[in-house]
Amino acid sequence: MKKTSADVLPVEGGFGNEPLLAVDNLHVEFHTRQGTVRAVNGVSYTVSAGETLAVLGESGSGKSVTAQAIMGILDVPPAVIPKGEIRFKGTDLLKLTEEARTQVRGQRVAMIFQDALSALNPVFTVGWQISEMFRVHRGMSKADAMKKAVELMDRVRIPAARQRVNDYPHQFSGGMRQRIMIAMSIALDPEVLIADEPTTALDVTVQAQIMELLAELQRESQMGLILITHDLGVVADVADKIAVMYAGRIVENAPVHDIYKGPAHPYTKGLLDSIPRVDLKGQDLYAIKGLPPNLLDLPTGCAFHPRCPYRQDNCVTDHPPLHEISGTRGSACHYWREVLDD
Amino acid sequence: MGRYVIRRLIQAIPVLIGATLLIFVIVFALPGDPIAALFGDKRPDPAVAEVLREQYHLNDPLLLQYWYYISGVFLRLDFGVTFADVPVSELLLGKFQVTLNLALMALVMEAIIGVGLGLWAALRRGKATDTAILASTLLLISVPTLVSGFVLQLILGVKLKQWTGADIFPVAGTSAGWRAYLLPGFVLAGTSIAYLTRLTRTSLAETLRADYIRTATAKGLSRRRVIGRHGLRNALIPLVTYLGADLGNLMGGAVITESIFNLPGIGNQLFNSVYLREQPVVVGIVTVLVLIYILANLVVDLLYAVLDPRIRYE
Amino acid sequence: MSNPTPSVGPGLPETQSLATDTVTAPAPPQPGKKAKDAKPASLWSDAWYDLRRRPMFIMSVIIILILLVMSAFPWLFTSIDPFDARSCDLSTARQAPSAGHIFGKDNLGCDVYAKVIYGARNSIIIGVFTTLVTTFIGSLLGMIAGFRSGVVDAVSSRFTEIFFAIPPILGALLIGATFRGRINSIILVIAALGVLGWPMTFRIMRAAVITAKNQDFVLAARALGAGAGRIMLRHLLPNSLAPVIVVATINLGGYIAAEAALSFLSVGVQSPDISWGLMIADARTRFLEAPLPLFFPAAFLSVTVLAFIMMGDAVRDALDPKLR
Repeated sequence: MKKTSADVLPVEGGFGNEPLLAVDNLHVEFHTRQGTVRAVNGVSYTVSAGETLAVLGESGSGKSVTAQAIMGILDVPPAVIPKGEIRFKGTDLLKLTEEARTQVRGQRVAMIFQDALSALNPVFTVGWQISEMFRVHRGMSKADAMKKAVELMDRVRIPAARQRVNDYPHQFSGGMRQRIMIAMSIALDPEVLIADEPTTALDVTVQAQIMELLAELQRESQMGLILITHDLGVVADVADKIAVMYAGRIVENAPVHDIYKGPAHPYTKGLLDSIPRVDLKGQDLYAIKGLPPNLLDLPTGCAFHPRCPYRQDNCVTDHPPLHEISGTRGSACHYWREVLDD
Repeated sequence: MGRYVIRRLIQAIPVLIGATLLIFVIVFALPGDPIAALFGDKRPDPAVAEVLREQYHLNDPLLLQYWYYISGVFLRLDFGVTFADVPVSELLLGKFQVTLNLALMALVMEAIIGVGLGLWAALRRGKATDTAILASTLLLISVPTLVSGFVLQLILGVKLKQWTGADIFPVAGTSAGWRAYLLPGFVLAGTSIAYLTRLTRTSLAETLRADYIRTATAKGLSRRRVIGRHGLRNALIPLVTYLGADLGNLMGGAVITESIFNLPGIGNQLFNSVYLREQPVVVGIVTVLVLIYILANLVVDLLYAVLDPRIRYE
Repeated sequence: MSNPTPSVGPGLPETQSLATDTVTAPAPPQPGKKAKDAKPASLWSDAWYDLRRRPMFIMSVIIILILLVMSAFPWLFTSIDPFDARSCDLSTARQAPSAGHIFGKDNLGCDVYAKVIYGARNSIIIGVFTTLVTTFIGSLLGMIAGFRSGVVDAVSSRFTEIFFAIPPILGALLIGATFRGRINSIILVIAALGVLGWPMTFRIMRAAVITAKNQDFVLAARALGAGAGRIMLRHLLPNSLAPVIVVATINLGGYIAAEAALSFLSVGVQSPDISWGLMIADARTRFLEAPLPLFFPAAFLSVTVLAFIMMGDAVRDALDPKLR
C-alpha cells in the first residue's frame, strides 16, 4: 500500500484559522570548521492560499535558507534547525518523519530554482523529468505520464511541446528551461510554490514573461506563492506583501503598497533608493554603504547598525524587536517612526 | 551524433599514423644497425643479414620503408615474420583469445569491486568505512603486479591448495577454464580497481553536490531514487569511459601477469620473444597491442557521446 | 579541438589515470578566510601547515629519507659487498635466514639482504631522473602550448596525443628491447620511460597555465607590457606548479615500479648491476620452494612505491582541500 500525503496531513479545511503555510520563529545554523554560521535567526512569515509573499534581501540574508528549510532540502549536517516551526495547514513539518516529509515535498509544497540549466538533470529528456512526477507519485504508466508532460509544457507555453518533449535541457533557451522547471513544479498542483530567484539568470524581457506566467498560474490554481528575490523591481507587480530580510532576520514586513509608499526600516529605504528611477535621471544612484554582515560574527545590537544612517547609541547594544506598526505591518528598527516620516 | 562520430574517426587517423611512425622510428630509424639489433648478441651471417636488409627494405629511403611497414599493417594485417618465417599474425592467432579472456575477467572484477567499493565509500563519506576503503586503494596502487602476482600465486594458489586440498584458484595454464583467470584477472586488475574505486567515490560525491540532485529531492523522490537514478546515471559517465579505455590498457599490461601465471597469451609470447631477443615478433606484438589500445580509446570516445547527451548534440 | 575524453588516458600501469584525480588546479581560497590566501606563497605555507599534521606524510618522509641514505651509503647498512663475487657461495644457495644473513641466500648463494640494500640505489636513481626528465619536458612544452595557444597549441597537443597513444610500459619495453646492450642500461631505462612518460605532465601543465593565464593578475602584467618569458617564469609557473608537483611525486613511485617491471622483463637493468626487479626475475625459477629471495626485494619495492604514492596523495590533499 502506497501511503499518500493525506494519511499524514490534515485534509483541506482542517486547519482552522491557520494560514496555509506559517514559518514561526525559525532558526537555522550551519556548523562549519570556521565556526557556527547563524543563517536564519528567528524568521516568521505566513502565506495564505492565492497570496503572494515576496521575500526580499541580499545574498546571505537567509532568504534561500529559509526556503530550503521549508522544503526540507538543507544538507543536515552541516545545517541544524535548533528552534522554530514550519506549519503547513497546521502541521509542523519539522516534526514529521522523513517519509512523511517526502510526501509533502513536490506534491503539496514545490520549488523552482534560480538556474534551470544546472537544476535540471542533463542526461534525461525534459519530458522524462516532468513525467517522473506522475510516474513516481501517481503511479501512471510511462505513456500516460508523458502525455501529461506534454500538456504541462503546453500550459507553460513552450512552443511545439509535442516535438520538444524528448529534447534535453541544454537544447532549450534559458527562458524555456525555466518554463520547464515551472511545469515540473506545478505538475501535481501543489498548494504552495516557492520560487527562489526564478528570473535572476534571465534577460530582462524574458524575466517579465516568466513573472507573468507565474502570476497567471497562481490565479488559476490559487496556490500560495513565496517569491524569493533580491530585486525590488520584480516584486512590485505580483506580490501582495513583502518580507525584507537582513542577516537572517525579518527587518520589515508589510503589504506591498505600504512599502512603496514609505518604508519603515532604513535597510528597506536603502534598497528602494538604490533602484534606478527615470525621474531622477542624471543624479548619482544611491548605494547602501558598507558590506553585508559576516554571519560568523554578527554585529551586536541591530545587525544593520554599522551601515545605518539613522544609527543611535542604543542600536549598537540593543537588538530591536519587530515593532508592530499596524495589524499587517512591522519594522525591526528602534527609530521606525523617523524612517517612516522621512 | 553522426557528425561527432565522423569527427572522432577523422581525428583518430593522425594518431594511428603518428603512433605507428613512432614505433617505426624507435625500431628502424634511430642510429644503430637494426639488423644487428635484431640479432642482439648473436652475430648474423652476412648473407642472411643482406636478405633481411632486403626483406625490411632497409636499403630503400626511410619514408618508403615506413610506407612498406604501415601499408603492411593496415592493408594486409601484416605485422612481420619471425626468424623462422612464420607470420607474427599467425603466431598470435590462438593466443589472442587467452589475453582477451584475461583482460575481460580483469575488467569485470574492476567493474564489480571498484565501482562497488567506490559507491560504498562515497555514501559513507568521512566515516570509518570510507577511510578504510581509501587506505586499501593506496595499498592496491602501491603493490606492483610483479609483487602481487607472485605473492597471491603462492598464498591463494599453492598454499591454499596444500591446506584445503581443493584447487580453488588454479595458478598456471588455462586448463581449468574460466577459473584459471580468476587470480591472474585480479592481479592484472589490481591498480585499476584502486583507481576506479577512487574515481567512483569522487564522481558520485561530486554528482551528489550538483543542483539537479537538490531538484530531485525537492520533487519528493525517495533518497534511494535520488541517488540511484539521478545521481548514479551522471556519476557513471566517467566510470564507463574509464573502463572502456582500460580494456586496451589491460591487454597491454598482461605481459607480466601472463608470464607469472604461465597463461599462453599474447603477453606471454611477448615476454618470451623479448627474452629470446626475437625483435621482429616484439615489434609486431607491440604494434598490435598499440592498435588495440588506440581502438579502445576511440570506442570510448564514441561511448561517451552515447552516455552524455550534451556531447551527442554538440 | 574539444576532446571529451576525461583524462583516463594512458600512463604507466601504476600511475595510470592519476590525471583524473589530480588535474584540478589548487582550490580557490576558502570562504571565511582572509584574502591573502589567493597568493601562491600562502597556498604553500597552508599546505605545509596541513602536511606536518598528517601521519601518512610523516611516515612517507621517513621511509624516503631512509631510502635516500640507503642508496647513497649502502655500506652503512651492511658489511657485505654484493658486487664482490667472493661474497657468494653456491653451496649455500637458498639457505634460510640466519644471524649472518638475516634475509637468507638467493639461487646463487649470495646474501639477499646486502643485494636488497644495494638495489635501492638504481631504483632511486631511475625514479628520480625519469621524473626530472618527464617533468621538465612535459612542463616546458605544456607551458608553451598553454601560453601560446592557437597553432602552437594545436600542433603540440596533437603531437602529444601520439605519444599518449602508446602505453608507456609497452613503449618502454620496445625501446629497451631495441637498444639493450648498446647503451648503459640505467640510462636506457630512464630514456625509455622518459620518452613516453612526459605527456601527462604536458596535459596538466597546459590546463593549469590556461587557467592561470586568464586570471586578472596575469592579464594586468600583460597589459603593463611584461614580456612572454617574464610572464611565464614569474606569474604562470608558480601558479601552475602545485598540480605538476603532485603528479611528479606520485609518478616517481610509478617509475620505480616500472623499472622493476622492465628489469623483470630483461630489458631494464642488466646483471651484474643490482635491481629489485632483476632479483625477482632471478628468484622466480625456484620461487615455490624458496619464496624468501623473491619476497624481500618485492617487499622493499612495494614499500618504496607506497612511500612516494602516499606522499603524493598527502601533498595533493593538502594543496587541494576541496577533494577531502
